[in-house]
Amino acid sequence: MTDLWSGLTGALWMVVTFNHDLAEISLRSLRISLTALVVASAIAMPLAALLAVRRFRWRRTVIAVLNALMGLPPVVVGLVVYVLLSRSGPLGVLGLLFTPTAMIIAQVIIIVPLIASIAHQSLRDLWQEYHDLLISLNVTQWQKMKTLLWDARRALLTAALAGFGRAIGEVGAIMIVGGNIDHATRVLTTAIALETGKGDFALALALGFVLIGLAVLVNLAIHWLGRTEREGRW
Amino acid sequence: MSDLFPLTVRGAATSRRGRTLVGPVDLTLDGQGACVVIGPNGSGKTTLLRLLHGAARCTRGDIRWACPTDEARHHQAFVFQRPVMLRRSVLDNIAYPLRMRGQSRSQAQERASQWAARVGLGDALTRPASVLSGGEQQKLALARALIIDPKLVFLDEPCAALDGRATREIENVLHKAKAAGTRLILSTHDMGQARRLGDQVVFLLRGQVHETGPAQAFFDAPQTPQARAFLNGDIVE
Repeated sequence: MTDLWSGLTGALWMVVTFNHDLAEISLRSLRISLTALVVASAIAMPLAALLAVRRFRWRRTVIAVLNALMGLPPVVVGLVVYVLLSRSGPLGVLGLLFTPTAMIIAQVIIIVPLIASIAHQSLRDLWQEYHDLLISLNVTQWQKMKTLLWDARRALLTAALAGFGRAIGEVGAIMIVGGNIDHATRVLTTAIALETGKGDFALALALGFVLIGLAVLVNLAIHWLGRTEREGRW
Repeated sequence: MSDLFPLTVRGAATSRRGRTLVGPVDLTLDGQGACVVIGPNGSGKTTLLRLLHGAARCTRGDIRWACPTDEARHHQAFVFQRPVMLRRSVLDNIAYPLRMRGQSRSQAQERASQWAARVGLGDALTRPASVLSGGEQQKLALARALIIDPKLVFLDEPCAALDGRATREIENVLHKAKAAGTRLILSTHDMGQARRLGDQVVFLLRGQVHETGPAQAFFDAPQTPQARAFLNGDIVE
């Protein structure tokens, strides 16, 4: 209980005094997770729309695999990305291991199935609603996808937020591919793991509260920007 | 711009899981006035409209327009019994077909606002389409269908579940469209509406065309006992 209290006051103190290390780690966390979110959304949402409007032979299998991949173990993803990016690996020449880019790649792999599955459920329902109209208007496959993505944008925001939550709270994969290097690849979650390992629970808790605060703030900001729950019933 | 008509349907049928829903249908339609498809519930009115429009797969026979099928589809619109509302404003809903045909947002919205005014939705442009009443939604669907200046509009029970006033307003729009040269093919279970709008009647029974002819002649002297019984309000199966 004492640790919890001192963690909370420690977090407040670090925020109030604008602790330089905390700001650096927090900004890096945000930058990596938001970049991963943007890249993953750009892959997952068109994929979800395609799966909603297009009928092809292995469609059900692809959806089942995508759903199964939602539970992809991050540590395994980290390991695979590590092997691919390590100097002796096929992409070792790029020199990306232990860089924020490697962490972004790992996070993208982890959250693409999550965003795509949640987005697909929303888009599939909307496609059932729109099917007859869009067929009768004789629009192209690409126009159908664009229409669904635009009209379901608020539901897609939820999918994106779920992806962001998974990315910013992720530790296993980014620890492996990032290496938790101070002033280079250390982010909030890896710093928490480090401080816990050192036995500094108060600092670990303080960082944890900052992480929760950041996640909540980003969620609120995206909701506000997306004007969710406004503009009547659409 | 080539003409769609005459539409020639020869032995066309649509089936699902081995069961024939409609057909075989033989029909020839020219390009004037309104053709009303009537028949008891479950006779296949909606499916016939979808079959002609190309929204239901023609599993047997053929449907021929006077121009290539893709071009024919381009000049058609469909108004559904339960109108589909895009999750957008009234204005954006009406403008949608034009946007999909490559018109700029401003051009499409300008024409959409004109059409909204024509169907009596001029005051609701910025409202979400989903909050409109049933009659207003059907008027929106009609404006969205007519905005592309189609040569043919299919209407599936366009006034089902609407009150008298909304029905009259929609029929007024349909009369104007007809006068402007748009061919209408509509299904209805409202015999009053069939008499008011129809120039030609197709009487469907058990998925097949049972009787067809000019509306006046059909309503004055139906040729088959089933059509006579249907017009008398008897139960026809």
